[in-house]
Amino acid sequence: MKPSASHHLERLAAAALAASIGLALVAAIIRLPKPAIELSARVAAHLAESGVRHPVTAVLLNFRGYDTLLEVAVLLLAVLGVLALRASASAPAARPPASVSPVLAALLHLVIPLMVLAAGYLLWAGGYRAGGAFQAGAVLGGAGVLLCLAGAIPPLRSPGGWSIAALLLGFGVFLAVAAAPVAGGARLLEYPRIWAGALILLIESGLTLSIAAILTTLFAGASDGPDAAVRRGNSDPPAGARKG
Amino acid sequence: MIGPSLSYALAGVALFALGLYGLSVHPHLLRKVLAFNVTGSGVFLVLVSLSQRDPGTPPDPVPQALVLTGIVVAVSATAFALALLRRLYALTGKTGLDDEPAP
Repeated sequence: MKPSASHHLERLAAAALAASIGLALVAAIIRLPKPAIELSARVAAHLAESGVRHPVTAVLLNFRGYDTLLEVAVLLLAVLGVLALRASASAPAARPPASVSPVLAALLHLVIPLMVLAAGYLLWAGGYRAGGAFQAGAVLGGAGVLLCLAGAIPPLRSPGGWSIAALLLGFGVFLAVAAAPVAGGARLLEYPRIWAGALILLIESGLTLSIAAILTTLFAGASDGPDAAVRRGNSDPPAGARKG
Repeated sequence: MIGPSLSYALAGVALFALGLYGLSVHPHLLRKVLAFNVTGSGVFLVLVSLSQRDPGTPPDPVPQALVLTGIVVAVSATAFALALLRRLYALTGKTGLDDEPAP
């Protein structure tokens, strides 16, 4: 199909719009005023009270812990959405397990233990250098996706008890630690000074597991398994499909 | 703001504009989701580069922490968008929105 003249005109208009917004942003960034509050100086001044020695972890889990708590809730909402769409879709018929390339299987034996090790290191490193729950959870989630691709984790229909526990663990631990000080008359997320480091490590451990479980579930919940593409290739389009 | 931070920020703006263009010209929803991710990456790049505005000073940890969680949230939101897209295709056979020409 040959694109019409109006099509070209639309593309030109979109390009002009994007370019002008880009140029306005460039102008804004070049002439950016100094911030009214030097946040990095404030973080540095209070770092000793946070319980950790790395400023990014201190911001994430202590100074702006409320943001992080709600962001974990957003992750749970995304999983809930994917699972809800999954549950309402008709379950495909059972099929024999997919054949997995021997290269992938051998690679997994090598790589998965290393990924678990790296995730543990990243989690611990978050206390004093770059690292933390989100990086560790991402590495562990990557391991989960690899296991999905190899068929070791089946495509998800509806999660069982353990999966639900793993999904909720991080948010639950975070919420409990955040809310516990309220009972003692303190404010939300006001950790006791001596326990701050241990509590942050506890929250981060839970978050690592849950973020890994969430990322793996998002992948397993949205995919039909490794042989889906092959099956889809020689099956008919869904009922009611229209030619575009 | 000078030096490498500025070039990273400008690259972020370029990514943002590129994503915006892709978002508006491609009717296919998968392309829209991808273009939206390109815009998001541009925003993250701008934020991270703004965290160190003068070379030699310690970077501001607050934007870095925002981007760190933002990346994971963006990945999850993308997965949800893809699940919605697949559901739309399974129900209607369409891969675009009604008010745009079919791809």
